[in-house]
Amino acid sequence: MAWVLVSLVPAFAWGVYIFGFRALLVVGIAVISAVLTEGLLNIAFGRPNSLGDLSAIVTGVLIGFNMPAQISLFIPAVASIFAIAVVKWSFGGLGANWMNPAMAGRVFVFYSWGAEMTHFTIPRTLIVDATSGATPLETVKSNLLSLTMGGPPGELAGGPMELLEKSGFPGSYFDLWIGRMAGSLGEVSALLLILGAIILTVKRILNWEIPLAYIGSFAFLIWLFDGIQYGNGAFGGDVLFHLLTGGLMLGALYMATDLVTTPLTKPGRIIFGLGCGLLTFVIRRFGSLAEGVSLAIIFMNILVPLIDRFVKPKRYGIQL
Amino acid sequence: MSRYQTFSRGGIRPPDAKYSTSKIGIKTCPLPDVAIVPFLQHIGTQARPTVKLNDRVNEGQLIGEPSSLISAAIHSPVAGIVSEFRSIFLPMGIKTDAAVIKRDRNIHSPIKHEENHDWQSLEIEELLEILKWKGVVGQGGATFPSHIKFSIPKGHDCEVFLINACECEPYLSADHRLILESTEQIMEGIKIVQKLLNPKRVVIGIEANKQDAIEMLTAAGTAREVEVVHLKAKYPQGAEKNLIEAILGYEVPSGKLPLEVGVINSNVGTLFSVYEALVRNKPVVERVLTVAGGAIAHPANVRARVGSPVSSLIEECDGFREEPVKLVMGGPMMGFAFNNLDTPVIKGTSGILALTGNEVNTSATTPCISCGRCVGVCPMGLSPTTIFKQIEHERFDEATKYGLEDCVLCGACSYVCPAHIPLVSAFRAGRGRKRRLAARRKK
Repeated sequence: MAWVLVSLVPAFAWGVYIFGFRALLVVGIAVISAVLTEGLLNIAFGRPNSLGDLSAIVTGVLIGFNMPAQISLFIPAVASIFAIAVVKWSFGGLGANWMNPAMAGRVFVFYSWGAEMTHFTIPRTLIVDATSGATPLETVKSNLLSLTMGGPPGELAGGPMELLEKSGFPGSYFDLWIGRMAGSLGEVSALLLILGAIILTVKRILNWEIPLAYIGSFAFLIWLFDGIQYGNGAFGGDVLFHLLTGGLMLGALYMATDLVTTPLTKPGRIIFGLGCGLLTFVIRRFGSLAEGVSLAIIFMNILVPLIDRFVKPKRYGIQL
Repeated sequence: MSRYQTFSRGGIRPPDAKYSTSKIGIKTCPLPDVAIVPFLQHIGTQARPTVKLNDRVNEGQLIGEPSSLISAAIHSPVAGIVSEFRSIFLPMGIKTDAAVIKRDRNIHSPIKHEENHDWQSLEIEELLEILKWKGVVGQGGATFPSHIKFSIPKGHDCEVFLINACECEPYLSADHRLILESTEQIMEGIKIVQKLLNPKRVVIGIEANKQDAIEMLTAAGTAREVEVVHLKAKYPQGAEKNLIEAILGYEVPSGKLPLEVGVINSNVGTLFSVYEALVRNKPVVERVLTVAGGAIAHPANVRARVGSPVSSLIEECDGFREEPVKLVMGGPMMGFAFNNLDTPVIKGTSGILALTGNEVNTSATTPCISCGRCVGVCPMGLSPTTIFKQIEHERFDEATKYGLEDCVLCGACSYVCPAHIPLVSAFRAGRGRKRRLAARRKK
């Protein structure tokens, strides 16, 4: 768990750099709430102290990563309390929860305070006339929705990057790579998240099956279908844009790989990853929300017992 | 057949730690002054004592006779006086009666070595009878009486006689040394068993980390039509079901013996005992075992008498270099911890390990996080964490459904568990508890 925290440091440092001190505050509040909740529950129910496994801190950090930097400070606190007390503790603590606590905490506050959760800080390194706005993914989504409702189809020609250009977002793929865009404070830098994941893979903490199946299947579906709505036909989706924006990297590398809430076997984990990719695509393409990562992962978390029931290792000496 | 085959499911590669002993010749331990000889050193029923208190016994004299179909003869390892009968616990938790024999240097009766005893002219039944009365048992760990193992029940045929020279447990190199130093004797042992089983093929499975032994066996085996199959070093290659799959490519059905698929398995140490019994007319009163671990001053393989206290073997290796944290009889993966240095060596003892703090995992157990590593390494394709959770909740029927009885207790799951959960101990205990509950239900 300590290595998970270490691997999150670069992305966190980047978030603090572009969104300012407030990012530090949000993550700090989330971590403190998570730790206090678990500590107090331990004391109240006479359970042994479980803070040493650092899992509460990881949950807190991941919840903080999923917040816009300028959010009201009680929201990360509520998300952490819900994640630890309801999702994790009430099912028996570490190892017994069936849903990723951080993800559930985020979704809980997302549907409770939707406006706050979609009000993002514009990085201070970008020179624009606003301090807050929508993420690139949201901008594209709302443009797409309004254009397909009324406008002539000709205006759609191009792709998400062209749409962004028209909406006044001065960005390039490079900005998306390093994370110079509005978004949740820990999710923006794909590059640094991948760096962290490489550290974990080298330390043999991260399973490669889920990120690979998740990102791979999602990229394939985007490439295959996403171009259609821009009039580019099949096999013309902007894969890079979709991989670098929104919570995909944070979700695929850190949320979907939570050991507790993923299948036990390698084939099971691949199915889990494929399901996440498919659902994320479906939600992003057809849903009214711009973002589908957290719901996709939560839905697949629910399917884990089922996957484990049907995808088992082939036993020695048992003829089927 | 390609080089470096291995079994298909799971497996681990722990540091093999054999270098400290595999390069040095086998040392012979002096006879113990006091030998503690258990009457139950094998699978089956305890041997029936044939000596009384204060009897004088000769070296190699029968002191316990087989008491049932599955039982084995026990002999005195030294000449002396039977000074006491006591009940002891062996490290694997087995309770047995034991004869304490005080060595008497005035009794001169070395075992008569009838060199080149003519076993060829004997009938199969006669050969089996000799194995029975010389107390030969499997030395790979299960200690199944050889005269039973090598007599094929009606309706079965032995297609392949499979010889296990894997020695996949870390630290242990006794089989390795035995192959190097007694190749011809082992080959003669194979020939004897070939006569008993009449197999179509004889195959030796050996791991690639024993190149010198591979060369010797290949050289000796070619002329005798004994195949030597090289295996990738991977634990638990030597588990008989996995070895069969690694070499022959087929599986033993769950709950059945290897003979079901026409295979009889044997360890090289057993073959050496077969040779000693039938060619040199010697009962099993000694064996080669590894004394190693970071706490041993000069680790080595030793030839020691059965019944020798562990302390005498450690002395032979110049004592402890530092205070051991844990003593293990057998290998580090499947062996049993013990504390008493008077514990005797028995026929199935493949090693004595004195491990230091660095070699022992002393981390506290934390909750299972369902990471699935145990599933990935299980050589039987089981889900150890699932079985563990069923046992934890006393749901033994469920645990059995998930394969509790198929577990070979290799310990690969416990080895990789990041939460340090003693999975394999739980399975062993779970099987015992399940039996006791079933017995109680019957009443």
